[in-house]
Amino acid sequence: MSLVRLEKINKYYRVGAHSLHVLRDVEMSIDEGEMVSIMGASGSGKSTLLNILGILDAYDGGKYWLGDTLIQHLGERQAAQYRNKFIGFIFQSFNLLPFKTAVENVALPLYYQGVSRRKRNRIAAQYLERVGLLDWADHRPSEMSGGQKQRVAIARALIAKPRLILADEPTGALDSETSHQIMDLLTEIHQTGITLVVVTHEADVAARTQRTIRLRDGKIVDTPVAAAS
Amino acid sequence: MFSLDRWQEIFETLWRNKLRTALTAFSMAWGIFMLVVLLGLGNGMQTGVESGFADDATNSVWMFGGQTSKPAKGLPVGRRVVFANPDVDKIDAFPEVDHITGRFGIRGGGPFGGESMVRAGPKAQAFDVRAVHPGHLYLERTEMKAGRYLNDEDIAHRRKVAVVGIPVATFLFGTTDVIGRWIEINRVPFAIVGVFDDAGGEGEQKKVYLPITTAQAAFNGADRVNMIMFTVGDAGVEESKEIADRAVAHLAEAHHFAPADKQAVRVRNNVENFAQFQQMFTMIAVFVMLMAACTIVAGVIGVSNIMMIVVRERTKEIGVRKALGATPAAIIGSIVQEAIFLTAVAGLAGLVAGVALLTAIGAMVPPGEMFGTPRIDLDVALYATAILIGAGALAGFFPARAAAKVNPIVALRDE
Repeated sequence: MSLVRLEKINKYYRVGAHSLHVLRDVEMSIDEGEMVSIMGASGSGKSTLLNILGILDAYDGGKYWLGDTLIQHLGERQAAQYRNKFIGFIFQSFNLLPFKTAVENVALPLYYQGVSRRKRNRIAAQYLERVGLLDWADHRPSEMSGGQKQRVAIARALIAKPRLILADEPTGALDSETSHQIMDLLTEIHQTGITLVVVTHEADVAARTQRTIRLRDGKIVDTPVAAAS
Repeated sequence: MFSLDRWQEIFETLWRNKLRTALTAFSMAWGIFMLVVLLGLGNGMQTGVESGFADDATNSVWMFGGQTSKPAKGLPVGRRVVFANPDVDKIDAFPEVDHITGRFGIRGGGPFGGESMVRAGPKAQAFDVRAVHPGHLYLERTEMKAGRYLNDEDIAHRRKVAVVGIPVATFLFGTTDVIGRWIEINRVPFAIVGVFDDAGGEGEQKKVYLPITTAQAAFNGADRVNMIMFTVGDAGVEESKEIADRAVAHLAEAHHFAPADKQAVRVRNNVENFAQFQQMFTMIAVFVMLMAACTIVAGVIGVSNIMMIVVRERTKEIGVRKALGATPAAIIGSIVQEAIFLTAVAGLAGLVAGVALLTAIGAMVPPGEMFGTPRIDLDVALYATAILIGAGALAGFFPARAAAKVNPIVALRDE
């Protein structure tokens, strides 16, 4: 069953008097429990596609179904709530809040759900344990290595039990050794049944996903059929 | 909305930028402090000056006889003008005049009478003795504590009666229970019929009042009156001036001086004086309010400015928070709350410091004619708090709106 379904998605950016057609009739679907990578050169529209998938940006034409929910014409409040409920983000530069400890960073999505401090910190500790960083719970990001920061970010992406995890160049700021470890962790998470979309320009990262969606000039090209899993 | 978590977030934010927070708070606190001190001192000055009026009727006109400075009716300049009993009756007949009194100076001295020796048995002291009409009660705002004031019968029959102030009674008799006791004034005996108090302080209480006619007869005064005082009801400034002019015109006719001769009769129009004071204090009040508004506006702009910088600096953080599910309301709420907190705490600190200083000043400076106890009322403090919270909300509004407009896409952007 498909979790993500894009039907003829179009997106334009107005640059002065010109209108830039960034996404052209993008059609794609991602199944529940799939691990997919999106590749494309810079300017191919992959960032825009990620923004739309992450409900960070609106699109101009077509339909975006996330499960049974049509993601269209959302108010800011609604969009924020959907992001909180449905989507976990992993960023290239981690985007941890520097003044908060690891456990507080992980717990942040639950803060916006109104979960009490004590409860969300307890849950956050469980997720930190899952990424192997329970001992670092009270450390701030500045005291951690890049790999550790990304693990904290992964725990944060998982804590709200999202249906979809979007990883934007998750290994982009890491050395190859650490990149491998992070990809191992993502694969492990995928094996628990979570749907993952990884945006990358590294072929070996894409190779570790089940399927790669390639974008060129705002169009999907050459989409191989998903490997049976 | 006002959860403990929110407060924790706010304290964290403020604590992370201790210096900036402290400077912003200080500028706000200082503004409010200055404002409170100025307001309190202004208040003190006003109560001081108003208390100077409190013991006398403010709707009164006083007239003193002087010396002619212009020739009139073939008479030379430099003649003394002394009023007489019929003048009092004539002015009393004016429909606008409520209460009237003449004053006769016993030793033929000034209009306030000189001090006279007052004796009761072995005790004697010089007191100011005023020979007046019954209407004097209203002009001086004398408060009767025992017995009665002078009345028309006393005037008509030249009764030898006296009304004494509390300090006079206690000095002479050691008690205020003195009705029916006798005192001697310049060796003439008078029976005490009343004891009074006066809001004008000890000076106004150390007085003895006698019927003017009795004093004129006893102390060789014929029908001379040195001073005439009367109240004009609720007449305004212009009307009171017109009444005074009419009284002067009458006096000029009766005593043969030119009505335009300012030296012949000196007029003190308390209606005009009081109105001038009130006008002055209204202007001061308006001025202080204007300063208050400016101070608060300056504070609001200061806080708003700082918060705007904070929002700019935290754009990435706000974007991340939004990506993680922070609603615009959550972002706006936290920033407005932060602004209100900063403004209110700083403002209240300034308020408390200002009130403390005023209290210290009040304790050190004895209240007097020109300066009463400086003070800030509780309701003023409450209004101030409400205004500060409103100001805080206003200060937070624009930064919060800017924060709410932050596009969560910035979270994905790498600098």
